[in-house]
Amino acid sequence: MSRPGSSDARAAVDAVWRMESARIVGALARYTGDFELAEDLAQEAVAAALVSWAVDGVPAEPTGWLLTTGRRRAIDSFRRRGVRDERYALLARDLDEAAPGPDALFDPDAIDDDVLALMFVSCHPLLSNDARIALTLRVVGGLTTSEIAKAFLVPVPTIQARITRAKKTLSAARVPFVIPEPGDRAARLGSVLQVVYLIFTEGSSASSGDEWMRTDLAGEARRLARSLVALQPEPEVFGLLALLELTSARFPSRLDADGNAVLLEDQDRGLWDRAAIRRGRAALGHAVAAGRGLGYYGLQASIAECHAVAPSVAETDWSRIVVLYDALGRLRPSPIIELNRAVAVAMASGPLEALSLVDDLAARGGIAGSHLVPTVRGELLARLGRTNDARVEWQRALALCSNGAERTVLERKISSGTIS
Amino acid sequence: MLIWRATDESMAAMMNTDFNEMLESMGRFNDELIRAGVLLAAEGLDDPSQGVVVDFTGETPEVTDGPYGETKELFNGFYIIDVASIQEAVEWVKRAPMTVGSKAEIRRVPSIDEFPQDNEWVQKERAWREQTGQL
Repeated sequence: MSRPGSSDARAAVDAVWRMESARIVGALARYTGDFELAEDLAQEAVAAALVSWAVDGVPAEPTGWLLTTGRRRAIDSFRRRGVRDERYALLARDLDEAAPGPDALFDPDAIDDDVLALMFVSCHPLLSNDARIALTLRVVGGLTTSEIAKAFLVPVPTIQARITRAKKTLSAARVPFVIPEPGDRAARLGSVLQVVYLIFTEGSSASSGDEWMRTDLAGEARRLARSLVALQPEPEVFGLLALLELTSARFPSRLDADGNAVLLEDQDRGLWDRAAIRRGRAALGHAVAAGRGLGYYGLQASIAECHAVAPSVAETDWSRIVVLYDALGRLRPSPIIELNRAVAVAMASGPLEALSLVDDLAARGGIAGSHLVPTVRGELLARLGRTNDARVEWQRALALCSNGAERTVLERKISSGTIS
Repeated sequence: MLIWRATDESMAAMMNTDFNEMLESMGRFNDELIRAGVLLAAEGLDDPSQGVVVDFTGETPEVTDGPYGETKELFNGFYIIDVASIQEAVEWVKRAPMTVGSKAEIRRVPSIDEFPQDNEWVQKERAWREQTGQL
C-alpha cells in the first residue's frame, strides 16, 4: 500500500486505467456480452477506485481490484434486472460461479482477442468518425473524458454525449462483442486503421508543449498502432505504423521558435528523430516483405521514407515519389493526391510539366473552396519567372485561406514575389 | 528510461532462480509492454564480475576488475519506454518481475533538440545520430 491521498489516488487510477482499460472493458464485455454495460461497469469501478484508493492507498494489485469491482457490479446489475427477468438472474449466477477470482476474468488466451474485439467494436462503421475516435481513445487508449475534450478543444459534455450516443448506437444495433469474421475482417480493420490515423493527424496538427504531461494524441496513435501490430500483424497495419513513425520523426523541426510551421524544404533535418525513422523503416520493411503491394498507409509511409532518408530537398528521390503518388492516386483517387503528385513532378521534371497537371486539375474544379490549388499554381508560375501571374494566383489563394500562419506565408510571397 | 539496479541481495536471489523461469517471467513482462505499444528498446547487461571499473577518485583514473565494490547497487540494464506520464512508467515498473532487493530508476530521456543547436559539439553529435540512427 502506498501513501493515501486523493491526488495520489487520482494519478494512480489514471495511470492504471490508461494501461488496462482495454483489457478491463474487454474482459467485462466478454463476460457480460454487453459492450455498453461493460463500459459503464468499468467507469463505475474507476469512480469507486478514486474514493477507495484515496482512503486505503493504492492496492497491491490495482488491475485485479478494478476487475473484481467491475465484476461485482455486473453481478449486482444482473441481479437487479433478474427480479423481473429470469435470464439476468442466470447471467448473474453464471458470472458469480464462472469467475471466482479477478484472475479468472483475465483469461490469458482471451486477452488479445478481447482487446482486438474492443478495437473493432469501438471503430465500428455504424459510428461517425468523431464517435469512433472518442470511444477508441476512452476504452482502448484509456484517456479520461476531460483529456479527450482537452485534446480536441471541445467541452467535456460534448465528449460525454458522443461516447454515450456511440454506446447507445452499438446497443440498439445489437453489435456483438466479437472479432469480425474473416470475410468481413479486412474492411473492419480498415476502419480501425482509419481511426488510429485520424487520431494521429489530429495530434500532429497540435502544437508542441510539455510532452511529459500533455494529452499527446500523436503519441497515443503510435501506441495504438504498435499495439495493433502486435495483435494483428497484417501488412497494412505495419504500413500505418511506419507512416506514423516516419511522420513523427519530423515533428522536432516542424515549428520555428515562434511556433510557426516550417516548410519541409526549410526544416533542419538534423533535428529529425533518427530512432523513429529507424523504427518506421523497419515497420515498412515488414509491410513490403508481405509481397502483396502496399496499401493506402504503406504508400504514404514510403513517401515519408523518401523524405526521411534524403539529406536535402534537392537530393530527394522525387521520381520515386511521383511513382508512389501515382499508385496512391489509383488506390484512392483524390484531388489532394493529384496536387501533391504535381508538386513532386515539379521537383522531378520541372515546373512546366507540373503546371499543366495543376491547370488540368483547376479546369476540373480544383479542390472546392480550398486555397491549395492556387497556392501551388502560384509557386509554379513564380518558378517559371511569371511573377505577376503568380501574384494573381496567390491573391486568389489568400481570399480562400482562413489559417493565420498560412495567410502570413501567402502575404509574404505576394509582397516579395519569390518562392519562399 | 527504466534503469534496473541490482543489489547483492537481488543478485543472490537471482542465482537461486531457475533460468528458464526467469526468462519466462521477463518474457511475459516484455510481451505486455510490446502489446501495449510501449516498449521501444531494451538491453540487459552481462555479469558484473566480467566488467571493469575505472575510478576517478584519485589523481589518475584507477582501473580495477569486477563489479563496483563500494556501492551496493549495480546498473544492470535499461528499457526505453514511450508512455504518457511518469505515473504510467511507475505502474509499469511495479509489474516488473524483479527479484527482492532490486531497484529501478525512472528517468526522462531528453531529445537532442532540447540542447543549444548552435553549439558545435551538439551539431557533431546530431550528425553522428543522423548517420547511425541513434535515439
